[in-house]
Amino acid sequence: MRLPLLALLAKEPAHGYELKLALEQTFGQAYPSPNIGQIYVTLKRLEQDGLVRSEDVEQTTRPNKRVYELTPAGRQALRAWVGEPSDGPRIRDEFFMKLILAPMAGLADRMELMNIQRRHYLGIMRNLTELQADVDRADTPARLLIEGAILHLQADLDWLERCQEELV
Amino acid sequence: MRKYWPGGAVFPRGATPRGATPRDPPDPGGEPSPPDPPDPPAPPCSLLRTSKLVKVYRADGVTVEAVRGVDIELGIGEFVAIMGPSGSGKSTLLHVLGGLEPATSGEIWLRGQRVDRLSTAGWAVLRRQHIGFVFQFFNLLSNMTVADNVELPALLAGATPRQARKRREELLAELGIAAKAGAAPARLSGGEQQRVALARALANEPSVLLADEPTGNLDSSNTRDVLRLLRRAHDRGQAILMVTHDARVASLADRVINLFDGMVADDAKIGPISRGMNGVGDVLELRG
Repeated sequence: MRLPLLALLAKEPAHGYELKLALEQTFGQAYPSPNIGQIYVTLKRLEQDGLVRSEDVEQTTRPNKRVYELTPAGRQALRAWVGEPSDGPRIRDEFFMKLILAPMAGLADRMELMNIQRRHYLGIMRNLTELQADVDRADTPARLLIEGAILHLQADLDWLERCQEELV
Repeated sequence: MRKYWPGGAVFPRGATPRGATPRDPPDPGGEPSPPDPPDPPAPPCSLLRTSKLVKVYRADGVTVEAVRGVDIELGIGEFVAIMGPSGSGKSTLLHVLGGLEPATSGEIWLRGQRVDRLSTAGWAVLRRQHIGFVFQFFNLLSNMTVADNVELPALLAGATPRQARKRREELLAELGIAAKAGAAPARLSGGEQQRVALARALANEPSVLLADEPTGNLDSSNTRDVLRLLRRAHDRGQAILMVTHDARVASLADRVINLFDGMVADDAKIGPISRGMNGVGDVLELRG
């Protein structure tokens, strides 16, 4: 969660709890509700790495709060992250290794492996479609995240079908 | 035939046979009924069952074995999806099960009655009473209104105009297209047309709904709506046998049959995976 925190701090300086709220507001249900402890630990590490700096701000009725802001190095790291393409899909995934290697070693039948994998994918798909039915329509990030996962899974299943056509 | 993991329990929760008697009342259609087969009755609770079902196409000296010895079973109220690569025989199987094409050999049992030897007219009567069909391209009658499309099956089955209208009004309201009752199908979007097709298929409260790629021609938001409607029909006890490429649709089924090369390659119950998910946030984890 290092880079999401840097991105939020690029907007404006904030203290830990504000960052937690901002994450929740921005991503809705699409991001696991962040643990405040984890946010403080991450901020501390970012500060050690020179990507953020902080200062204590006095409060009259409460203990001081520590406000964080981005350093020039932090801004540079953020730009680099935003500018580079993210990882693509897993081409050589674990299942592919099993599918090719296991029959060679006489460990399993390919059709059997594909059946096991298909059932698993369909089970995950069931989870996702149920989640999709539950999610608030106004929560756009969450809807898009689920839709993305569904499309990936559909592609995995289509690919499984291709394997079935070619390998069986 | 190779069949891995013959699934778990085949029948849905709490189902009671709706018509699993060995002999049904004679068809009211009046056409000559086929000779009574001497076969033993199908096991109870089985709504639709095939045994060694084969469908071979012969044309110009070319023989294509589209379905090669399929044994499948659909329980009362059960929702089963049929998946498989193109050319694996999915649609052919569904058409044979609905009597749209004759089987080459093997048996089809519906509600305890052997039906594979029915005449074309016998099939027509059976479909009217017990089988609803939904196709990928809707197949609505273009020169009739939406309302007439939905009322027609009930009228053909002998309902009074009043009964047919009442049922049509209920269905269109439930599917959210009551306002379109007077429109011509061509005026409707694809998603709306498929909902009309669904209403038509459900008009006679069929024992089984056969659906051939019902979302194959719909965008994702219309797919979601049709899914919701199928799920609702299923929750109310509608048995559904559906051919689909769409894993979202298949994932709603109680069971998924995978056809490959005209044979059953897999037949298994599916359900949410055990590690489960507590919220949308876990999707990141799941795909990570």
